[in-house]
Amino acid sequence: MTPFLDMSRISKRFGGVHALRNVDLTLQTGEVHCLVGENGSGKSTLIKIISGVQAPEPGGRISIAGQDYPHLNPVRSTHCGIQVIYQDLSLFPNLTVAENIAIGQHLGGVRRVDWAAMSVIALNAMAKVGAEFDPDTKVAELPIAGRQLVAICRALAADAKLIIMDEPTASLTRHEVDALIALVSELKRAGMCIVFVSHRLDEVLEIAERVTVLRDGVKVGTFDADTIDSRKLSHLMTGHAFDYDIHPYRLAAAPVVLELQGLGRDGDYEDVDLTLRAGEILGLTGLLGSGRTELALSLFGMNPPDRGVILLDGQPVSLASNAEAIRKGIAYVPEDRLTLGLILDQSITSNITLTVLGRLAGRLGLITAGTRNGHVTQWVSRLGIKVSDPENPVKTLSGGNQQRVVLAKWMATNPRVLILDSPTVGVDISAKDGIYDIIRQLADAGVAVLLISDEIPEVLYHSHRVLVMRHGRLTLDVPSSQTSEPALRQAVNA
Amino acid sequence: MPDSLKAPSVKAALARFRRSHEFWLLAVILVLCAGLGAANPQFLTMQNLFDLLTSYAFVGILALGLLVVLIAGGIDISFTATASVAQYVALVIANAYGANWFSLFAMAIGTGVALGAVNALFVQKLRIPSIIVSVATLNIFYGLLIFVTGGKYIYSLPDWFATGIFWFEFDWGPTSSYGVNLQILILGIGFLVTWLLLNRTNIGRQVYAMGGNPDAAQRLGFHTFRLNMLVYCYMGAMAGAASLVQAQLAQSVAPTVLVGKELDVVAAVVLGGASLAGGVGTVLGTFLGLALLAVLQNGLILLGVSSYWSPLFVGLVILISVSVTAWSQRERRARRVRA
Repeated sequence: MTPFLDMSRISKRFGGVHALRNVDLTLQTGEVHCLVGENGSGKSTLIKIISGVQAPEPGGRISIAGQDYPHLNPVRSTHCGIQVIYQDLSLFPNLTVAENIAIGQHLGGVRRVDWAAMSVIALNAMAKVGAEFDPDTKVAELPIAGRQLVAICRALAADAKLIIMDEPTASLTRHEVDALIALVSELKRAGMCIVFVSHRLDEVLEIAERVTVLRDGVKVGTFDADTIDSRKLSHLMTGHAFDYDIHPYRLAAAPVVLELQGLGRDGDYEDVDLTLRAGEILGLTGLLGSGRTELALSLFGMNPPDRGVILLDGQPVSLASNAEAIRKGIAYVPEDRLTLGLILDQSITSNITLTVLGRLAGRLGLITAGTRNGHVTQWVSRLGIKVSDPENPVKTLSGGNQQRVVLAKWMATNPRVLILDSPTVGVDISAKDGIYDIIRQLADAGVAVLLISDEIPEVLYHSHRVLVMRHGRLTLDVPSSQTSEPALRQAVNA
Repeated sequence: MPDSLKAPSVKAALARFRRSHEFWLLAVILVLCAGLGAANPQFLTMQNLFDLLTSYAFVGILALGLLVVLIAGGIDISFTATASVAQYVALVIANAYGANWFSLFAMAIGTGVALGAVNALFVQKLRIPSIIVSVATLNIFYGLLIFVTGGKYIYSLPDWFATGIFWFEFDWGPTSSYGVNLQILILGIGFLVTWLLLNRTNIGRQVYAMGGNPDAAQRLGFHTFRLNMLVYCYMGAMAGAASLVQAQLAQSVAPTVLVGKELDVVAAVVLGGASLAGGVGTVLGTFLGLALLAVLQNGLILLGVSSYWSPLFVGLVILISVSVTAWSQRERRARRVRA
């Protein structure tokens, strides 16, 4: 059988840098293929060459359904049935679901809009994926998972034969990921080829039949998914082995810093009792919507509880605002660092000094450039943030380094309790490792850490104790050394 | 197509309209009209209605052009200067060489389109924010006009232009007769063309899409340069048409009186629900925004309130209307999060 897409000896240079070097890739009809690699490994460049946005260096060969092309362009590639769903989904929030799905009808020269035909196209595509929302709703009113379905429908409406999904699960809950995986296998049965680009290795292995690994622009290899596991995969991606051991629990003697007694808030969580000791990393996991983020916000003074007591060093406190929480030594690193944790267009310096402006100010409330730069240099070196110039905007950094800036910003406040909500989302494996190191150092220095995460291995291997939250209640509280991945998975999903 | 999906859509559409900005505007206008009608019987007369349409045609036509620019995600405030230039060019040539309705409008609209293209070039090619480009071009167009003309008014207009048109004449009551004059005709054509452009052509839908997500529009293969060109030229064309409407009403060409009226136009469009962030706005909303502005200003005069108060009330109404919309949207979002 001829493969749907067959590329060989694909290279791409930007200036003197090889983004891709002699990469071969074969995609079969009706196959789910995963593309993995760290940031800068050449994944995005490869996708751009397939979608025709960039042309490869001469000498490569691309063949689609048996037909040879020296290179593609966006129109030709769309014509061949290649559709890319970018991480931001590229939808139009101000237009209706139907118009978004059938947006291809608007292309070309001046024409009358055939609203009835567009509606038929949209409903047909929606029927294929089993989407049930009102086609006249504005996309802005849909949740993320719904928007993703709209993006998939749009690809189907454009007669897709190959759909490339870039990080499709990054902002989905576990249930939504399951639904997406089910949909992908249905599309595959209908003869569609699907390429999945993801950082989450366990998902990659769950969904893919074959996995292609890229490292530094070179293809490491293509593997059958049932012959490898996530440990081997991360080794292939980075060239390093990351083996984590469970932290032994030896903190029973440390003083309790934070204690919750019967904390409850209507509609969010109920009867929460917990203790957090100095130097302890407490992992908190649960499905999205289980109340874990709401609880964290309550501890940061942003979602006041209705009942119960919060004790800090044994003293009851009321945290009425985040300013008060910061004053009392609590820091919170939100999940969505791009919108909540960082001011992307401002410099690294501005971001790092933001939480401590009061402390850096001298007489008259003015801050000297020297004090400011000293503070920044200290944190940049302490957290190993890779910056060419601290005056560059934060958005020029990679995901891992951005997360370090967020950490620096909060660690500068000398917190006693640090709440981390999904600190490694969208960060690649080696950068993750760096962040785990920082967390461990913090704990060793006596900070009490509450680590909230979706990823069960993350809480298991990087905390001393694990809590599971379900429907607003803590259902499990166990030292990491006395549990396992399957046990936790069951507690989360049961 | 499954019937279950179609049946409730009329109900859903009605429910959606009840939640919309336009619905609230309409309600406010009706209440205001009822109140003003009760307070002064002069208000709800045919005479007053035609007077209002005639005197607000200039603002209304400009508002339609600005609506399209706002939907595309830009802004243009140079249109009063564009209109002043277009008016002067068209009527000076008409006085010197003669013209008819068609060639006169062609000259004014052509001038407007050319100046709009200047805005589009700077916005699109140099990626300068449109507010800055249009503040600059407002001053440049206006400055050149004043320099060249010395700010002189023109009072002698061609006879056929000064006479204007009066179509579909009909009698109402024993003493008065009404008809469609130039102002009402051009305003009507403006609304029709803009509505067709935005809702019935794929280009209009591309404008909405580009305003909603410019990056996605580009990835999808929309020609964003051509779209922006179209949008700013459309604004220019509307400014050209509006300038003649105004000159005919004022029976003169006055290079210095138009500049300064930009904010009335912005007020009408924003009251109508268009968003400065792009992608949002409707022709119906713009009509209602214009109507609210007209009813309010006219009502205050009929109530005998000093015209010095007018800006204060207009400002208050804009602030209240925008706040109500923002507040109801926040409520709705909060309910959704809780659900």
